[in-house]
Amino acid sequence: MNVTIVGGGVAGTLTANYLATRLRDEVRRKEIEITLISDRDKLLYEPGLLYLIFNRLEEKDILRDLKILLDPGVKFVFKRADKIDLENREIRLGDEKLSYDYLVIATGSRIVPEEIPGLTKTGHWFYNLDGAVRLRDEIAKFKGGKIVVSVMGVPHKCPVAPIEVTFLLHDFLKIHGIRKSSEIIYTYPINRVFLMESVSELVQNLFTEKGIETRTFFNPIEVDAEKREVLTLEGERERFDLLISIPPHKGSKVIIDSGISDDGWVPTDRYTLKVKGHDNAFAIGDTTDLPVSKAGSVAHFQAEVVAENISAEIKGLPPTARYFGKAMCFIETSFNEATYIWFDYETQPKFVKPNKFTHWMKIAYNRMFWLTARGVL
Amino acid sequence: MVVIDARGSYCPGPLMELIKTIKKVPLGEKIELLSSDASSAKDVPEWVKRAGHELVEIKKEEDYWRIVVKKTK
Ligand SMILES: Cc1cc2nc3c(=O)[nH]c(=O)nc-3n(C[C@H](O)[C@H](O)[C@H](O)COP(=O)(O)OP(=O)(O)OC[C@H]3O[C@@H](n4cnc5c(N)ncnc54)[C@H](O)[C@@H]3O)c2cc1C
Repeated sequence: MNVTIVGGGVAGTLTANYLATRLRDEVRRKEIEITLISDRDKLLYEPGLLYLIFNRLEEKDILRDLKILLDPGVKFVFKRADKIDLENREIRLGDEKLSYDYLVIATGSRIVPEEIPGLTKTGHWFYNLDGAVRLRDEIAKFKGGKIVVSVMGVPHKCPVAPIEVTFLLHDFLKIHGIRKSSEIIYTYPINRVFLMESVSELVQNLFTEKGIETRTFFNPIEVDAEKREVLTLEGERERFDLLISIPPHKGSKVIIDSGISDDGWVPTDRYTLKVKGHDNAFAIGDTTDLPVSKAGSVAHFQAEVVAENISAEIKGLPPTARYFGKAMCFIETSFNEATYIWFDYETQPKFVKPNKFTHWMKIAYNRMFWLTARGVL
Repeated sequence: MVVIDARGSYCPGPLMELIKTIKKVPLGEKIELLSSDASSAKDVPEWVKRAGHELVEIKKEEDYWRIVVKKTK
């Protein structure tokens, strides 16, 4: 029997390691094979990008070889999946075909800055490694002026990262003595600064306190590279010296090419995490169409549920684990303080006052993440 | 008329679907948005006004809202 996982991000790596632990004896007896297919041979700890742009973490701190992270019971195939055939239970990798008994789709999400004309010419972002490395230089060179932090579409990875980068920029400019000669403007597509109303209020208050301006109902359609302006669907123009965008996101191309959906988000059952209409296929992490945050914590909690249920089915036990929308996000409010939110399908987030202890928990977690990836923590 | 059935999707899903569609359709086209999320009844008209389009109709059906918008610019 074969369990195949496509995508070696947080969701796929954790699922593979949890399964290898739960099915250790079956793998040893060669009754089960666990295969992870990924087109990258390294795992990037994306939350670290927020620190990389301020040079507080480096590339080596946030990248690890999958070979080191994966349990020896997992077979790693370093290839791109070209097509997922859910009907025939097969995956095409170039000329090769792999069949599976259980499938976990964990192909994540990606940014598509090219969908906003002009953005790739003058805009910056930190939502992938190349972009973050370029932005690190740009922030270091910045001598004062107008910074626009613009969320250019939802859904996007980590709903709180755009807020955090804005808070940290404020601190960074202050430390460098250029906050007074700078403006920071934060823009968001809907009529408040965050999706959830309760979070929005806290953030708005902190923005006001720090002198950060906001623009809402702000949906960029173009960036004018000559004039250095963002143009919106609502008819506004916002000039910038430095544009930090959160570009639109899409799911993986293989989901679109396989006809699973048009935008790359996999239709997923919100409790069992099964791909709708398919009993032996699951989707977890950023790739699902669920109304939950595209966050590493979500990928982690979902991986636990899916690994538990697949291993139960294989062992003939009742697969009773359910995902209930659990999510957890730290929110760095400065270089010294943070708060966090926990929520699920039925519970709205509550806050603790931003404090130093939570900040240090986050800094510690940035190192401990590699234990999570191995399936230990 | 283009129909977007966003029933079952939560805030800001329906509004973002409308925004995505309005970018694509020709001038003068009407879009019918169906949403079961009550906040759409407030957020969508507010956005339509801000973006300078026309709110043609907003009606509460049994368990969802029907909002018709015309692209005017
Ligand atoms: C700047 C930033 C800060 C963040 N901060 C936080 C945070 O503080 N807390 C938090 O919880 N989350 C945070 N996140 C979000 C978190 O990183 C993502 O939600 C998480 O990485 C999603 O994991 P995933 O495995 O679902 O997808 P991904 O990480 O996107 O992994 C998908 C993998 O699948 C591979 N793949 C795709 N298609 C194919 C194919 N056809 N064949 C083979 N392989 C394929 C990809 O190459 C990739 O390796 C942050 C993200 C960013 C960008």
